[in-house]
Amino acid sequence: MLLIFLRCDKKEELDCCIFPKQFTVTLNFTHHWNGLKIMPQDFNELKFTNENGERLSIERLRYLVSNISLVNGKNYHLIDVGENAGTSITIPELTDESYALSFRFGFSDEDNTDGAYQDLNSASFSVPGMLGGGYHFMQLDGKYVDNNNEASGFNYHMIKAVDKTDPDNLKFEDTSFEVNLGTIVVANTTEIEIKMNLAEWFKNPNTWNLNELNSILMPNFEAQKMMRKNGETVFSLSAVN
Amino acid sequence: MKKPYIYFLAFFLLTFCSSKEEEIYTPVPYNLEIPALFADKLIAPIIPADNLLTKEGVALGKKLFFDTILSGDETQSCASCHSPQKSFTDQQPFSVGVAGNSGTRNAMPLFNLAWNFDERFAWDGKELSLERQALEPVSNPVEMHSDWKKIGKKLAASSKYKDLFLQAFGSSIIDSTSITKAIAQFERTLISGNAKFDKYLRGETTLTAEEQNGFDVFMDESKGDCFHCHGSDNNPLWTDNKFHNNGLDHTFTDLGFGAVTGDPNDNGKFKSPSIRNLVFTAPYMHDGRFATLEEVINHYSEGLKKSSTIDPLMKKVNEGGIRLSLEEKTNLKAFLQTLSDYDFVRNPAFQK
Repeated sequence: MLLIFLRCDKKEELDCCIFPKQFTVTLNFTHHWNGLKIMPQDFNELKFTNENGERLSIERLRYLVSNISLVNGKNYHLIDVGENAGTSITIPELTDESYALSFRFGFSDEDNTDGAYQDLNSASFSVPGMLGGGYHFMQLDGKYVDNNNEASGFNYHMIKAVDKTDPDNLKFEDTSFEVNLGTIVVANTTEIEIKMNLAEWFKNPNTWNLNELNSILMPNFEAQKMMRKNGETVFSLSAVN
Repeated sequence: MKKPYIYFLAFFLLTFCSSKEEEIYTPVPYNLEIPALFADKLIAPIIPADNLLTKEGVALGKKLFFDTILSGDETQSCASCHSPQKSFTDQQPFSVGVAGNSGTRNAMPLFNLAWNFDERFAWDGKELSLERQALEPVSNPVEMHSDWKKIGKKLAASSKYKDLFLQAFGSSIIDSTSITKAIAQFERTLISGNAKFDKYLRGETTLTAEEQNGFDVFMDESKGDCFHCHGSDNNPLWTDNKFHNNGLDHTFTDLGFGAVTGDPNDNGKFKSPSIRNLVFTAPYMHDGRFATLEEVINHYSEGLKKSSTIDPLMKKVNEGGIRLSLEEKTNLKAFLQTLSDYDFVRNPAFQK
């Protein structure tokens, strides 16, 4: 009997090493305005109010995440909330049971290579060469009720910041940032919800005044740095199932 | 003992009769010549698995495209409104059909259609594939005003067409499905990628100062800001193929995309057309309201009209637009003209 048990133990050990357990993790990016969940059908309505007291709507929301800590291979993802595309990212064949979960919002300078990504070019997500090229990190378009009580457009577009004070000597500042969501323990199939609270883009630490900063923000060096700071509190880990 | 023999005979006869056609010819795959810039910058074109391109299918599609047999009175072909010399459109606000009636939308030019990744065709996006798009004008009473069954019979009466269908699809059955498949195959070969600006991007030519300044206006968010919807040096399609309200009207007589989706938030939205080949495709907009490029540029510069669904990318709407200077407008027009692909409109493979 002892011999049989020993043999079984050895077989399990062998299976474990040759065929390690594999896990699949799905990251679900969800979008909120403070406590209110935002779905594509919530777009186009002036139903949100920012910290500055301006009512606003969302008409287009696309953003880029890269360098997800669990992913090997292609490691950037365009999320298009209005078209409900890219909001779930499935990562198969993981072998460890716990991971430090992190990703980068946008592209680091190293990855932000102009014209290098066919899918992003095809999605018209490029940044003009006069602003340093590369790609948008986020395109958030909508309307807000301005000081004249009229609905006006805004384009909260985030890119690598460029200072054009001296046109012959452009200065850049990387505005992408890493989002660390802590350690997660995974099982066979694990669903992880990552929340983006859009209200934070307009709130913390910079209270965003849409009457002053509503469009032509891509070449606005200071506005880009403010977006970068506000982005730090936008994402949170909501649920691991 | 008789029964097995009868079954064997019947099986033999059925097999012999049904396979005779199919074993005649295997069509030759057609290699789409993708411009280097497209291959470098864009994801692969969309070719449906159930309608792969073949030399025979493309040739048949071309013959059908130029054949007036597709119209009710046999006076018009697809090319009547989609002329190759005009980048496959005509130069009228609204095309005139066989009965002398006009439609309500400007005929769209045809090129680079395999890179329409969402596969929504027409100004309002109502056609969900090229094959389906080809169905509509033939039976539309305002356009070619014909009947698909009659067309199938007429083509089947032609031994030439019977052979061509047999070679292209391995079957001599001629119906709306096989006809539109062939036309769609031909349309997917209509690739425009050799304009002056393409040559500039390939390092084969230079731009004038005027053209370069116009490109800068196009790409400058504080000036033209055209690139968000109309492509860039990194998107040689020069369109996003999406639907936008670009501020043409305060109120809508044509709901456009909204009539297709049923969502009032889409009212007044129309597909961004490619800005390639504009010198051949006047008049402009979904209703052909602008006769010249100057009128188009003036619209975006100072003619924007506010409405509930106007795209937030339209800037300074209360002032009518971004108000470009005369020099900026002239330069912008000069740049737009560098996207004219004369090789495309003269390509012998696309002529009748």
